[in-house]
Amino acid sequence: MSALAHLRQELGELALQLCQVAFVVAVAPGVTGLIRRMKARLQRRQGPSVLQPYRDLRRLLAKEAVVGETTSWLTRAAPYAVFAATWVAAALVPTFETRLMFSWSGDLIAIVALLGLARFLQAAAAIDNGTAFGGIGASREVMIASLAEPAMIMVVFTLSLVAGTTQLSTMAHVMATGVGLRLSIAMALLSLVIVALAENTRIPIDNPATHLELTMVHEAMLLDYSGRHLAMMELAASLRLVLYVSLIACIFAPFGIVTQDGPAAFLLIAVLAYLAKLAAACVLLAIFEMATAKMRLFRVPNLLGIALMLGLLGTLLLFISGEM
Amino acid sequence: MQSFPLDLAHMFAGGLVLASFAMLYQDRLLPLINMLSLHSLLLGLSVGWQAHIQGAPELYVTAVLAIGLKCILIPLALQRMVQRMGIHREIEGTVGTGIAMLIGIGLVALSMDLMLKVTAASNVLVREDLALALSVVLLGLLMMVTRRNAVSQVIGFMSLENGLVLAGTGAHGMPLIVEISIAFSILIAFIVIGIYLFRIRERFDTVDLETIDHFRGEHP
Repeated sequence: MSALAHLRQELGELALQLCQVAFVVAVAPGVTGLIRRMKARLQRRQGPSVLQPYRDLRRLLAKEAVVGETTSWLTRAAPYAVFAATWVAAALVPTFETRLMFSWSGDLIAIVALLGLARFLQAAAAIDNGTAFGGIGASREVMIASLAEPAMIMVVFTLSLVAGTTQLSTMAHVMATGVGLRLSIAMALLSLVIVALAENTRIPIDNPATHLELTMVHEAMLLDYSGRHLAMMELAASLRLVLYVSLIACIFAPFGIVTQDGPAAFLLIAVLAYLAKLAAACVLLAIFEMATAKMRLFRVPNLLGIALMLGLLGTLLLFISGEM
Repeated sequence: MQSFPLDLAHMFAGGLVLASFAMLYQDRLLPLINMLSLHSLLLGLSVGWQAHIQGAPELYVTAVLAIGLKCILIPLALQRMVQRMGIHREIEGTVGTGIAMLIGIGLVALSMDLMLKVTAASNVLVREDLALALSVVLLGLLMMVTRRNAVSQVIGFMSLENGLVLAGTGAHGMPLIVEISIAFSILIAFIVIGIYLFRIRERFDTVDLETIDHFRGEHP
């Protein structure tokens, strides 16, 4: 009997995990669409529908993929590999439920590593194309990433010192049960927001809507892709945004997230709360992007230096208070 | 887990340190003055909160003084001064922003290490607040050292003074008379510095103190 109950629990966790895997990928283009729509409305334009990214993806998937003659297998494999790595990482972040089947592998450092792998493949494939823009984009992306990664690791240190673990589900659980108002957590939040802006190539670092060769970073690497390859890359970019939003939401705003057994209504509430958090993040991001100007590339190290500094200060403070 | 009032006081103190870092990062004069205003506002809120949780009404006076004088009056006067002197352009730090920030982190670590040893007997939060106040003071000093422009040195001085008040209120308040006399001596110092700034500019046509070193014969 107890073996049966155990099996039922396992199956439940697996079902939740699969739900989450499907859920993040289904919601990702909508998030991108909502941000574009919000920005358009703030600029007093009508703007495309929120569903436009889904239509774009359908169109791109139906089209033929054109690949340069001089490219190697890397260019053809990279879009799928980038998408897969990002998808796995996004599926490991608890969105509405912390008891997931694969939560034992949902380590923050593993997620950072998966994103790093995706970025490496993307940059390598951009160079593989042999065009000038790919090279420019790759070199800029790698520069920004090499500055953002240390800051991210410092944030991971701070959070894991507070929660006593690097495992995300446990961390979300600890945060949901309440740790009070902590200065180091506030610093980690600020730092993580800056890192998220940099990693998703949002406005103060890079303008996702531009194709101006002087400034583009992420788009420069995608110029040579078409058809289903481009669709994979676009979807991976949307997924990465969803990943960071869920990461910030599950650590710093774990309201409504389900941590223990309860009626199914809790699950519904958790999903609704998660969707509300996503929408709130889209609105905030759109407003922030409207209010700030893009930064010069050579000022980016200063901004990411601040993120690193905040992470460092947070860790320092935790060591001082000695209440890890 | 600590109680909420102490946590909030702690957040204010940390906010002051962050504002100090923001001042260190900001290299244009007018935004720098705005940051000073924010710095003093945070100080005022922090002192007001301390007055509330310690039940010490005389601290409210300090809070009002901090907000009235240092958040509104002095920044406004500085702004007018900068505009009248026509120097609202970029200012030169003697070291780069990145290095200044790194030194700043080092100073924060230093003050924490120091406070940890000196005040080993008292409560954790009091210790941390003292450490944060000392970091604000040190960051103000760093600001004065790394800037060449006289106006930003004055701003560094003002933020240093904010750190002193923070330290005073964290340690269960200083006497009101001391508080008021400090506030007014700061105001007097500000007026004197202001007059000197105009005199310096009249004489040397600049407020960049590096050029003034030449007149003292320091750089042959």
